Amino acid sequence: MTAVDMPQATISPVTELDALESESIHVFREVAAEFERPVILFSSGKDSIVMLHLARKAFAPAGVPFSLLHVDTGHNFSEVLDYRDATVDALGLRLEVARVEDYLADGRLRERSDGTRNPLQTIPLLDAINAHRFDAVFGGGRRDEERARAKERIFSLRDEFGQWDPRNQRPELWSLYNGKHKPGEHVRVFPLSNWTELDVWSYIAREGIALPSIYYAHERDVFERDGMLLAVGPYSQPRSGETVERRVVRYRTVGDMSCTGAVASTASSPAEVVVEVAASELTERGATRADDRVSEAAMEDRKREGYF
Amino acid sequence: MSTTQAPQAGDLAQALAGTHAEADLAQLAQRRLLRLATAGSVDDGKSTLVGRLLHDCKAILADQIAHVQTVSEARGGDFDFALLTDGLRAEREQGITIDVAYRYFATDKRSFILADCPGHVQYTRNTVTGASTADVVIILVDARHGVLEQTRRHLAVAGLLRVPHVVLAVNKIDLVGYDEQVFRGIAKDVSELADQLGIADVQAIPVSALVGDNVVDHSASTSWYDGPTLLEFLESATGRSDASGQPLRFPVQYVIRPQTDDEYRDYRGYTGTVASGTVSVGDPVIVLPAGRRTSVAGIDRAVITATSTAVEERPAAVAGEAVTIRLADDIDVARGSVIVAADSSPGTRRELSATVCWLSDRPLSVGARLLIKHTTTTAQAIVTKINGVLDLDTLGVIDAAGLDLNDIGKVQLKVAAPLAADPYSSNNITGSFLLIDAHDGWTLAAGMIDEEEGELL
Repeated sequence: MTAVDMPQATISPVTELDALESESIHVFREVAAEFERPVILFSSGKDSIVMLHLARKAFAPAGVPFSLLHVDTGHNFSEVLDYRDATVDALGLRLEVARVEDYLADGRLRERSDGTRNPLQTIPLLDAINAHRFDAVFGGGRRDEERARAKERIFSLRDEFGQWDPRNQRPELWSLYNGKHKPGEHVRVFPLSNWTELDVWSYIAREGIALPSIYYAHERDVFERDGMLLAVGPYSQPRSGETVERRVVRYRTVGDMSCTGAVASTASSPAEVVVEVAASELTERGATRADDRVSEAAMEDRKREGYF
Repeated sequence: MSTTQAPQAGDLAQALAGTHAEADLAQLAQRRLLRLATAGSVDDGKSTLVGRLLHDCKAILADQIAHVQTVSEARGGDFDFALLTDGLRAEREQGITIDVAYRYFATDKRSFILADCPGHVQYTRNTVTGASTADVVIILVDARHGVLEQTRRHLAVAGLLRVPHVVLAVNKIDLVGYDEQVFRGIAKDVSELADQLGIADVQAIPVSALVGDNVVDHSASTSWYDGPTLLEFLESATGRSDASGQPLRFPVQYVIRPQTDDEYRDYRGYTGTVASGTVSVGDPVIVLPAGRRTSVAGIDRAVITATSTAVEERPAAVAGEAVTIRLADDIDVARGSVIVAADSSPGTRRELSATVCWLSDRPLSVGARLLIKHTTTTAQAIVTKINGVLDLDTLGVIDAAGLDLNDIGKVQLKVAAPLAADPYSSNNITGSFLLIDAHDGWTLAAGMIDEEEGELL
């Protein structure tokens, strides 16, 4: 406990985006070195696309040493599935798909009364983790997204039931990530923990990362429900009293089509989206996710059970 | 909370219009990151301060405000800023903060990652966690109560972890009638403690988180205070992240060998994050623990497109950057190796004297067999001696047979593998380590290597 002067420091020459990129790359390399069977959760949403981009950077010029896992609700935007398949083909990656519809077909899961399938993803996800013996599972979750996620570690232990215990998390210090786990347990790893939505979009703009077209302004038939614009499609139809309009919209998040809303927007490029996000009055989940509005702790409850 | 300071969604929307939308994207791209941690005792208004800071920096959006308003009203109370940060069910039920919550906000000059740490003594380990990466720690004191045991503990943690800057936020200054003497008295008490703990830089600021005095804007009620507001200080503070002036340390994380049939057939790159210093092509280096001399043949950064993956050479890399280094000679380098400046090698050691924060409710005793995780090496370790524990009242070290939860102790360790370690005082990456339970993998302690001896091999 003696007095020693810190070396005189100035602010780092590394910019915010470079610092975040380096932190994420560091996390990917730690996992590659310390785990046997890592997998990247890949929904073709912007966060998982940025994750894959960072993973490719971490191991260049070699390929990504992980496979991808998509938990498919069956309620997909076709542009998103096309993007997924084209990416997997172009990069020669291995893709596993866990289908909620398989579980609905044989009765292991039942459709919810509200028709939403996001909460139904947990069991297919955990079964896929067990079946493939994945020991590290990369998720694109960010701490700025949601109150419960704000509390999660970058390396987040799951017990043999896939559960998260938020009151009993390992301390995470410096850049020393502890990935030790017992057989049957696994670790969820969140390389984008410290990124905000604005960071993600600034990075997409800087790196020229391609995204599914629904992230940019396009015309679509939509109707308003709970303050959100829902697309008219096979999984979401207007109820009586809800009127259909053709609007110029884009999606801020990509999920189950039945409960993911679009926002009115004319942003047609990453740079325009950056400006729009910076000025937005709503968080991306507040604007577009019906399933997070269920209760004060809807996300925490789903995460405890093993959700993303 | 006794007074309503409910921000109205409409006002906020108005305030937001024309702020970020006009922000210069080029300026945004040049922004630097500063990491903060907050620490306070129970009920000193920390959550309110964090809520105030986020709100006044326009980092809280309309749906989040609406959520807090709904929940606050449902409980029959006024707008509760704490609900913005206390996200877990148990926290809301008990009205306390349990775990570190990370918050993000930005101004045109800086973006900030804030680790909001709980105040209760049983959660001190979370303060240690938050402070380990912080450039600035904000310690709150209630102006009516002055320095408490928790204040001493938080100062000790900040000093121990060598956080470059400490802000003493003397909160609720409105509740002592904006009395300068109260502020000066607390600032002096803390300054004396800081001297004892070796903390060089303490900035005391009189604030009222509830009213907003000196958080973002200067307060008309504290005309006797001519220092910076909290946000002004944060926008100008220097960070610990710039370790680029120190000797090179590059712990190797993972070796890249594509073994493909193309131009990268014989490629062999050592990946890692530059822990300190600058590395340039041609630099003479030593690879520890083997001690082999070689030089840097290339520093690569990835260049990827939708379909191609390649690397391009760069002339140099600085502390904080994740890169891939190629070496001139074909020598044995693997995860756990550390590439260091040839003229400033730390050597390796198998015995460490260290200060540890004990983070587990399982006590530590002499003879314990543990795992040590130091940079990219994990090895077995034995605790050979416990030299004592920090007494928070006197800030001296007193004898102890073991360490309990939240104890800060001095220990000696014997390690099964040679470590390329520096004292924590000169390098917070090669000077820090975790102690891990070999059986269940739990993180038991945060360790900082002391300056004394430590047998050099």
